[in-house]
Amino acid sequence: MKYIDEFRDGAVAKTLADKIAKLVQPQRRYSLMEFCGGHTHAISRYGLTDLLPPHVRMVHGPGCPVCVLPIGRIDMAINLALDQGVILCTYGDTLRVPASECLSLMKAKARGGDIRMVYSTLDALQIARDNPQREVVFFAIGFETTTPPTALAILQAQQEQLANFSVLCCHVLTPPAITQILELPEVPQRGTLPIDGFIGPAHVSTVIGSRPYEFVAEKYRKPVVIAGFEPLDVMQAILMLINQVNQGRAEVENEFSRAVSRDGNRKAQDCVAEVFELRREFEWRGLSVVPYSALMIREKYATFDAERRFKLDYKSVPDNKACECAAILRGVKRPQDCKIFGTVCTPENPIGSCMVSSEGACSAHYSYGRYKDMD
Amino acid sequence: MCLALPVKVVEVGCGPAGDWAIVDLGGVKKEISLALLDDVQVGDYVILHVGYALSKLDPEEAERTLALFSDMAESAAAAA
Amino acid sequence: MSEIKRGYVRPLDLKHGRVDLTHGAGGRAMVQLISELFARHLGNKYLGQGNDGAVLPAPVLDGKPARLVMSTDCHVVSPLFFPGGDIGCLSVHGTLNDVAVMGATPLYLAAGFILEEGFALADLARIVESMADAARATGVPVVTGDTKVVERGKGDGIFITTTAVGVLPDGLELGGARVRPGDVVLVSGSMGDHGVAIMSQRENLTFEARIESDTAALHGLIAKLLATGADIRCLRDPTRGGLASTLNEIAGQSGVGMMLHEKAIPIKPVVAAACEFLGLDPLYVANEGKLIVICAALDAPRLLAALHAHPLGVDAAVIGEVIADDHHFVQLTTAFGGRRIVDWLVGEQLPRIC
Repeated sequence: MKYIDEFRDGAVAKTLADKIAKLVQPQRRYSLMEFCGGHTHAISRYGLTDLLPPHVRMVHGPGCPVCVLPIGRIDMAINLALDQGVILCTYGDTLRVPASECLSLMKAKARGGDIRMVYSTLDALQIARDNPQREVVFFAIGFETTTPPTALAILQAQQEQLANFSVLCCHVLTPPAITQILELPEVPQRGTLPIDGFIGPAHVSTVIGSRPYEFVAEKYRKPVVIAGFEPLDVMQAILMLINQVNQGRAEVENEFSRAVSRDGNRKAQDCVAEVFELRREFEWRGLSVVPYSALMIREKYATFDAERRFKLDYKSVPDNKACECAAILRGVKRPQDCKIFGTVCTPENPIGSCMVSSEGACSAHYSYGRYKDMD
Repeated sequence: MCLALPVKVVEVGCGPAGDWAIVDLGGVKKEISLALLDDVQVGDYVILHVGYALSKLDPEEAERTLALFSDMAESAAAAA
Repeated sequence: MSEIKRGYVRPLDLKHGRVDLTHGAGGRAMVQLISELFARHLGNKYLGQGNDGAVLPAPVLDGKPARLVMSTDCHVVSPLFFPGGDIGCLSVHGTLNDVAVMGATPLYLAAGFILEEGFALADLARIVESMADAARATGVPVVTGDTKVVERGKGDGIFITTTAVGVLPDGLELGGARVRPGDVVLVSGSMGDHGVAIMSQRENLTFEARIESDTAALHGLIAKLLATGADIRCLRDPTRGGLASTLNEIAGQSGVGMMLHEKAIPIKPVVAAACEFLGLDPLYVANEGKLIVICAALDAPRLLAALHAHPLGVDAAVIGEVIADDHHFVQLTTAFGGRRIVDWLVGEQLPRIC
């Protein structure tokens, strides 16, 4: 597979590993946060940490939109399916996230909710066309990569006057989340981990470009390297970050230059701006309430907004007391530090969202990395 | 929500509005939407995500990146 | 003198007819369905006995009464017809394989059908013919069966349950609990073909891919492996849950760990590409015509040669070894040079978006 296999070459990995090992300064420790869940998954799946010297610690960030989706939002989706009788279309990742009353979308489906997994908004639109007498709601989650397709779906629905289609919008934004981590107000309480640099998300950046990360470098003096999703991309980005840290630089560098430009995809950005506007604030699991960090549907397209159409109210639901997802999402604790990791909380019986999504730090560690805890 | 793939465009102008394409990855073909991109030709590589092409892949940059994997640390080691 | 004329029975319309509730009711309609469709294709002297239970000769091997191995399987695959096979041949192969991996020679099959009212007789005939072909090819007759019909909407077209019985020679003990550290793990061919062939047909996940199910009966291949005299600990076919789940099962049964090598696991490039599209890991995708062989290390080369010499084993490979491990982890050295666990399958593999 072109542009995939070459970026997974084991021999090149070894050379990059050697280079990283030579580059790290012996007395120094490096904490690098990979923001994006896709990178967390790649690191675990390819066993990248085995190739890094012990000086380098990868901290898993909150860039997994399933993990940061608060329980209250899943409850809204479940309510739509079970109490309002809609056809609820959702990406596969959200199906097992635990919500209130021991439910999840998958469990609600077993109880009779018409919940359908789709691969794309295009499928949801088709379901709406095929079922004109039923209400069809698309559960829209995701960072900036997934938002343009949702915008297009709404524009398409308007063009076709698809009266039975609406969207439950839970789209969130990357730069405010990075700011939130850098500004952690409860630093004395929860403790903070000094982060030396960020690996920037790959595909979010194809849409928003590299420009939005410049504030991280300028205001907070932290280097950012945008990396592709293949394991060699991640290793190269780690190398570039270590280099910047050694040289005392704080710049935005783009390792994923084959797909990311400074401006990003303007057409996609325009679509999003046409349909969505910023919410004043939005609750994130693990980061609590973050200002101007999420999107809602503009008044102009209000008829396609499921929250307005079904008069849904958001109720904040606290996490299980033993759940450490909040600390893990900020990179302050590791999965192994959570008392219920691997015992009560497992992929089969997830208590928190970090265990449900395959990008979640806990799930990745449980599924791929637990052998390390043996020693 | 970031799982996205580089795929090769093998046919354009498909679908009811003509903004769909057929792409190929390792012998597997799929119909996808090009609504978020302009000026895509047969033979181009695009990044595919949830049924849409999000950006074009620049083959020269890809080669440059692959070359960088071998270059970088030599110059970095020299600088350090 | 009275002359009772025999009633005219209109033959089943196999082209356009549909299953209706009378076909499962136990009356004439059911008898007709059985004689004109099931028995027509599956018929043999045992099925022909026509009683509630088939009377079978006592199994004997080398002049001695033999041990029996029995297995049963339910088949609910959707779609019913897929590239490389259908629910009919799948149900025959699957159950025969479960008996064969115990080292037994399969002898007889039983088949039960649950049909939904409205199911097209043409489809049913196609499925039953496929089963009959598979049974004939493997030399294992269907000796008894049952049919029930449920109302429209209460069944997904057709469900099939098959049961197989076989004989096991004295002294042959194969099983998941017999594996020891130092043993070698082999597979008979490429992983993930069947699951991807199925997914490629389902709605919501449409793409054209030249991938066929690998559904096949493995007892011929297994007989060749046993004939080498090698010290085989365990044979198993990695069906639902894929290679990963099956190896985790065995690791747990034997109380050992395993170390696999990603580069060594055969996966067809087109299956790998399809899994990329769907965000699936081929190690967890179902196979229906592949074998896992775990043997004493010294015998691995001999078994690999025997596999390669058989049409169903041309892509066979050594993929790893068994190690001591109290946690019973199945681990993998990645092609990339790192290490990871290959855990049990969690829930049902959902296509990843992110």
